[in-house]
Amino acid sequence: MGTSLSAAPISQSRSEGGARVPEASRADWFSSYDVNAFEVPTGREEIWRFTPMKRLAGLHEGAEATGAATVEVDAPGEFTVETVARGDKRLGEAGKPADRVAAQAFSSFAEATILTAAKEQRASAPTTVKVTGPGEGKLAYGHLQIRAELYAEAVVVIDHRGSGVYADNVEFVLAEGSKLTVVSIQDWADDAVHVSAQHARIGKDAVLKHTVVTLGGDLVRVSPTAYFAERGGEVDLTGLYFADAGQHFEHRTFVDHAQPNCTSNVTYKGALQGEGAHTVWIGDVLIRVAAEGTQTYELNRNLLLTDGARADSVPNLEIETGEIAGAGHASATGRFDDEQLFYLQARGIPEDQARRLVVRGFFHELLMKITVPEVRERLEAAIEAELEAVGV
Amino acid sequence: MATLEIKDLHVSVNTDEGPKEILKGVDLTIKAGETHAIMGPNGSGKSTLSYAIAGHPKYQVTSGTITLDGEDVLAMSVDERARAGLFLAMQYPVEVPGVSMSNFLRTAATAVRGEAPKLRTWVKEVKAAMGELDIDPAFAERSVNEGFSGGEKKRHEILQLALLQPKIAILDETDSGLDVDALRVVSEGVNRFQASGEHGVLLITHYTRILRHITPDFVHVFAAGKIVESGGKELADQLEAEGYVKYAGIQEAATTS
Repeated sequence: MGTSLSAAPISQSRSEGGARVPEASRADWFSSYDVNAFEVPTGREEIWRFTPMKRLAGLHEGAEATGAATVEVDAPGEFTVETVARGDKRLGEAGKPADRVAAQAFSSFAEATILTAAKEQRASAPTTVKVTGPGEGKLAYGHLQIRAELYAEAVVVIDHRGSGVYADNVEFVLAEGSKLTVVSIQDWADDAVHVSAQHARIGKDAVLKHTVVTLGGDLVRVSPTAYFAERGGEVDLTGLYFADAGQHFEHRTFVDHAQPNCTSNVTYKGALQGEGAHTVWIGDVLIRVAAEGTQTYELNRNLLLTDGARADSVPNLEIETGEIAGAGHASATGRFDDEQLFYLQARGIPEDQARRLVVRGFFHELLMKITVPEVRERLEAAIEAELEAVGV
Repeated sequence: MATLEIKDLHVSVNTDEGPKEILKGVDLTIKAGETHAIMGPNGSGKSTLSYAIAGHPKYQVTSGTITLDGEDVLAMSVDERARAGLFLAMQYPVEVPGVSMSNFLRTAATAVRGEAPKLRTWVKEVKAAMGELDIDPAFAERSVNEGFSGGEKKRHEILQLALLQPKIAILDETDSGLDVDALRVVSEGVNRFQASGEHGVLLITHYTRILRHITPDFVHVFAAGKIVESGGKELADQLEAEGYVKYAGIQEAATTS
């Protein structure tokens, strides 16, 4: 038969359907600002078991900085932008490093950038923080803190590009009633290694919309943590990633419901193509005893476009109180839906175009959440380019 | 004048126990201006015929031919068949999340017509076609079939039929699950399509009720993977009165053999 409707088989995929209780409760996790408080990980530890340690360029075993990342800020008038030295007492306010690389970055950065959105003001334009890697063969540590004062409203785009090895901590400190929208883009060159711990401290009734977009780099590991410090907060953690042959993209989200009446939503979606493309999503949610009235949902979906790609997806939901409004999770990994392709083709749409429609559709809801038009257009173009490259 | 010609068609489907033959020698010719109804009990292979014509990869044609105006349909990919002028209104239209109906319709029309329809006339054209099928214009911005009721899905299949204007349309149990109003609206859509006399229609159905709205020129009874009896409209009336009992023997003999 002359049909060309065939989907590539999946070599490996794994999706742990049910949420499981991790060996140690997330509540008992060790954290410290001091790198020496952590043992050098071997790769067998629960939090490192998916990461190819050999490709970390020594970040986990005390590698010293050999260069520096360039940080360029373009912010509207409602922001104060400071470059501060180590020891500024505001640093570390949003959270403590919970793994050795984050602690190494906290112990090693030379200077930090602090952006503060002034209270009771809505920023007139999005802020862009352009972080350029230290260059091929170079290694750097960094620190960035974004503060939203009482009832401030702002949009910040953190744009990571360039080459080299980079580990950093990014902090978001949200005061009462503030609304902060963040897009962290990892659009690195092929050689780049980036390990980023992103900590958010959510004040009373504050709203954080945090989007991670990972498109390029050899190894990218982003760990966004949201901690509700007071009641009434709302957090939306969104992720979109597209891994090509040989790339390892890992996203580890953690929402710490420590206070009552807070809401969180985690939605991560990824597409993978090519031999050795590997993505990992770990979604931890902890609802502590005090967190009555919690509403939380987390979802991860992966679309395997070709043979040889692998997606790991592990939701962990720990609930310490029964007095919650709702908690749920979903995780699914699959290849192209043959029936969708058949339907589109049966309406005359050629196969390559049908595949593109399906992939675009897959990311559509996440792209629509990105409120900065230039960023959204750039991502749409990047997704098109990815599809173009593999001939999908 | 468009002609779809099916000769001695044998089709198998892959199952866990190996390939299983479903169609066992189907012969059928549909010409422009004609409406054929294929009727038969469940499991007789009616839907397999429609999928095999459209080129669904699950079904393997083991022998026989299908031609459209002399062109070898079996040598064409699914999308080539659609562009050549074949259309299958599906029994279970597929949901495509994140792809808007309007984007889908325009992409399909562009593919089938060979050029993008002019935006201004296109918008009017879609609006008018939706209006004729009592479809709320808000559906244009919804994802393809996502969250649609059964009736809404079927209306949208006929909407696609109206916009794509194929040479030969196959309607696979388009009547199933439709309430009285939806059945009328959908049937009127098919009759409008057929009115020009330039298209052929193959209606696949289990029940006769849609035939009270759409008058077939030919009725074929399908059992055990082939056409076992052909006639005019009176054959449908006979089936309505007597059911498929007469053909049950053929069906059973086939399934136990």
